[in-house]
Amino acid sequence: MRFAVLVFPGTWSDWDCVYALEDLGQTAERIWHRESTLDEYDGVILPGGFSYGDHLRCGAIARFSPIMSALERFAATGKPIFGSCNGFQILCEAGLLPGVLLRNASLQFRCQPQELTVERADTGFTSACNAGQVVHLPISHGEGQYFAPPAVLDELEDAGRVLFRYSGENPNGSLRDIAGIVNPMGNVLGMMPHPERASDALLGGTDGNYIWRSMIERWG
Amino acid sequence: MAQFPLPADAPPAEVDDDVLAQIALSRREYELACEMLGRAPTDVELGMVGALWSEHCGYKHSRPLFHHFPTEDERILTNLGEENAGAIDIGGGWVAVMKIESHNHPSAIEPYEGAATGVGGIVRDIFAMGAQPIALLDSLRFGPLEDRRNRRLCVGVVAGIGGYGNCLGIPTVGGELVIGDSYSGNPLVNAMCLGIAPRGALISATAGPPGTQLMIVGADTGRDGLHGATFASVELDESSAERRSAVQVGNPFLEKSLMDACVGLVRDHRDWLEGLQDCGAAGITSSTVEMAERANAGIRIQTQHVPRRESGMTPYEVMLSESQERMIAAVKPDHVGDVRAWFEHWDLHAEVIGEVTDDGSARVLDGNLEVAAAPVSVMTNPPAYEPYAERDADAASRAEWDPSSLADLQPSAANEALLRLLASPNIASKRWVYRQYDHMVGTNTVVTPGSDAAVLRVRGLKQGLAVCTDGPGRAVELDPYAGAARAVAEAARNVACSGARPVAVTDCLNFANPERAPIYFQLRESIRGMSDACRAFRTPVVSGNASLYNESEDGPVTPTPVVGMLGVISDVRQAVRMAFRDEGDEIWLLGAGVEQTASTLGGSEYLAVLHGKSAGPIEVNLDEEAALVETLVAGAEAEVLKSAHDCSDGGLAVALAESAMAGAVGVNVELGDIRRLDATLFGEAGARAVVSVEAARAAALEEIATRFGVPATRIGVIGGDRLEIDSIDMDLTNAADIWHSTLPELLDA
Repeated sequence: MRFAVLVFPGTWSDWDCVYALEDLGQTAERIWHRESTLDEYDGVILPGGFSYGDHLRCGAIARFSPIMSALERFAATGKPIFGSCNGFQILCEAGLLPGVLLRNASLQFRCQPQELTVERADTGFTSACNAGQVVHLPISHGEGQYFAPPAVLDELEDAGRVLFRYSGENPNGSLRDIAGIVNPMGNVLGMMPHPERASDALLGGTDGNYIWRSMIERWG
Repeated sequence: MAQFPLPADAPPAEVDDDVLAQIALSRREYELACEMLGRAPTDVELGMVGALWSEHCGYKHSRPLFHHFPTEDERILTNLGEENAGAIDIGGGWVAVMKIESHNHPSAIEPYEGAATGVGGIVRDIFAMGAQPIALLDSLRFGPLEDRRNRRLCVGVVAGIGGYGNCLGIPTVGGELVIGDSYSGNPLVNAMCLGIAPRGALISATAGPPGTQLMIVGADTGRDGLHGATFASVELDESSAERRSAVQVGNPFLEKSLMDACVGLVRDHRDWLEGLQDCGAAGITSSTVEMAERANAGIRIQTQHVPRRESGMTPYEVMLSESQERMIAAVKPDHVGDVRAWFEHWDLHAEVIGEVTDDGSARVLDGNLEVAAAPVSVMTNPPAYEPYAERDADAASRAEWDPSSLADLQPSAANEALLRLLASPNIASKRWVYRQYDHMVGTNTVVTPGSDAAVLRVRGLKQGLAVCTDGPGRAVELDPYAGAARAVAEAARNVACSGARPVAVTDCLNFANPERAPIYFQLRESIRGMSDACRAFRTPVVSGNASLYNESEDGPVTPTPVVGMLGVISDVRQAVRMAFRDEGDEIWLLGAGVEQTASTLGGSEYLAVLHGKSAGPIEVNLDEEAALVETLVAGAEAEVLKSAHDCSDGGLAVALAESAMAGAVGVNVELGDIRRLDATLFGEAGARAVVSVEAARAAALEEIATRFGVPATRIGVIGGDRLEIDSIDMDLTNAADIWHSTLPELLDA
């Protein structure tokens, strides 16, 4: 697959995502936020970081970048968009996913290994997993507390759009332990954890590859 | 004694004491400046001289001692003090660049911003050389955390480091947190940065030939941080809080863009540039004057061309502002437009503010008015002092105290002693700190915080890098020479426990007022001790920083030279961690025998925690330390070691407990007949490490240890869920809970 990895001012997981995908034999290109088309790509990654320094709100300024209109068009084609950490925040700000990410309940930044439960294995992002499987992906964020009104949460649950939940400790106070959700079409995933940091055995884990492999299988 | 004798016919004083106090220049130094200039300086010149002659920039009291440091070997690519950081050839076509620096005084006043801008400053030092920063470490000292004021400082500093470093996308992978009475009100905040670059790709901090254009890049210049370099060079007192304007405010987002732009510029268009320099302490003054000095040239700065964030700023303020996130690029005249366009990609503006001249003068213009025109050589040649030195009588007598006069620990009290040590903030798990730092971004952190050293890979390179910091202040206070040598030895041991050969040192010298004889003695002897130890490990000092005048109303800080050590692992896949791994593995002690005499309790955490004493002899044997390092490196390379952890704070028992807790597996250790239980369990004899091996590889370990003349003793086996160490017997989970909960309970309250 040919991936576009979006780079906003302040993005910092761009290279990490590029390497993780290249290590799986995929093509990944960093795309500066001022670009206006994504037509040539098979998938888009919104990496972690502090776009625009988290000024105003996380992701609130990035959503006005020129590339975002292309991203909305890309989403409508049904091709996959994956946002992690700040990428998830931007997807929420842009309205491609519901809800917001609030400051961690602890009021502290948290960087640590994290257990997650895979809620469904019949999706384009999780087909390499088993439903109920526990995977280990690192988290690293100060504002990862997922929040949405009860009706929205119920809708997400009823439609099976919660793909990942924190298991063991809930590290940030997210409602219903939500760690990752998809849009109604199932082609836009946002999650706080960092699969690109668990894509190399030398760094202590490869569970992130479940997500990349699923995407490649479904959309490659 | 000043190395420059003062003229008998010094020119008449034309300046108020208040003005001199503000720039921390003595009357004698002012008169010396007049003599060197042949006239009284203008206001702007005086401000510039004051900043460049401050202890922070001019190293007046430490420079005469730097000749002790070993600074060269075939791997070292920079000369100490000549560039923003030191560069080391790590093989495979790559170089590592590193430096450590203090931000103590700003952090004492405004902990969040003080620590944050400390991170920003050290990162700029690394990318000013064109290197990509890949890791940060932070060595922190605070007063007792039971005190609300110290807690506020600690919480604020940790948040500031995280707030800035996390935003940059550089992992914070290690460091220290040490609590001691003397740091109340004068915390130590030392930040170290490690960068990498392809060999031959670094850029110098020089101004280049006459005609070179000087461009300022990054933040606009404001009034923040005026006199910061001066502020860092005086003692803290009641009025210090009023100096808050001397503390800068950081913008890590801007720094991230500036870093990406500068690293990319040097990588892709080095030919556009003559040099690159960060605007740190003393702002445009020190950056441009030091660049001119390196080029044997002069400079002319037009202050009206400096982009400002405030109106009505005087040339003096523009020249001395310490606004953060600014760089000076020395640009070839034909490429000014190219450089401007390059930075515009990141929404950064680059403006020409001056040029390099051939007259050797630092000239400052305010429109058509020349407000400074002084030889660069005057500004960059501050006086150097070697004050009278005398060992502190109290410390000397405490060092002579004989720990064998203390009643030995009763076996029945051994459990409680270990638990009290595990609950000491100096030994307790530092997870509360490092989980607030992104320590994984960049996906190069092979060994994450919590082990003896952090290990980083360099993508595409077989070798790995191990880094750590160490600064055993209590030992240095008792015996500056031996204590500082121990700082180097501990750091070398830590990287060796990861499987890395120590290759280079960066150091941060945190001391009190060197004008007093006991303090200067500490400084001088510490530098001698570090130097001899660096020779023993063949680890030259490549960069560093001196932070003097660390005193508050409560008195001077414990002398704390902090050593940042870089090690190279020949194959990063062979990196070793501290955690015990598999049941049935054997536990071995490498180094001097199991049983220890009471003298090894000197300066120990055990004496401090159990007896409230900081006393006793400080011993260090550099030959034994060097042999241990060789053994650990060989053991890692032979893939014999399954874990390794050095015995330092808390001695053998704490080292065993830490490896067990990290691996969540119990131990059963027999120590045999012991005459002195306290020293054997908790003594801090150096040159020792606890390692584990598969039983089948024990003979290989013994063979390696014998090769280097290092004693190796099988002391136990891994397994179960209890800590059984001689007379100690406790539940591992319970011990780990105490070890983990100490800092959260103190700091989240």
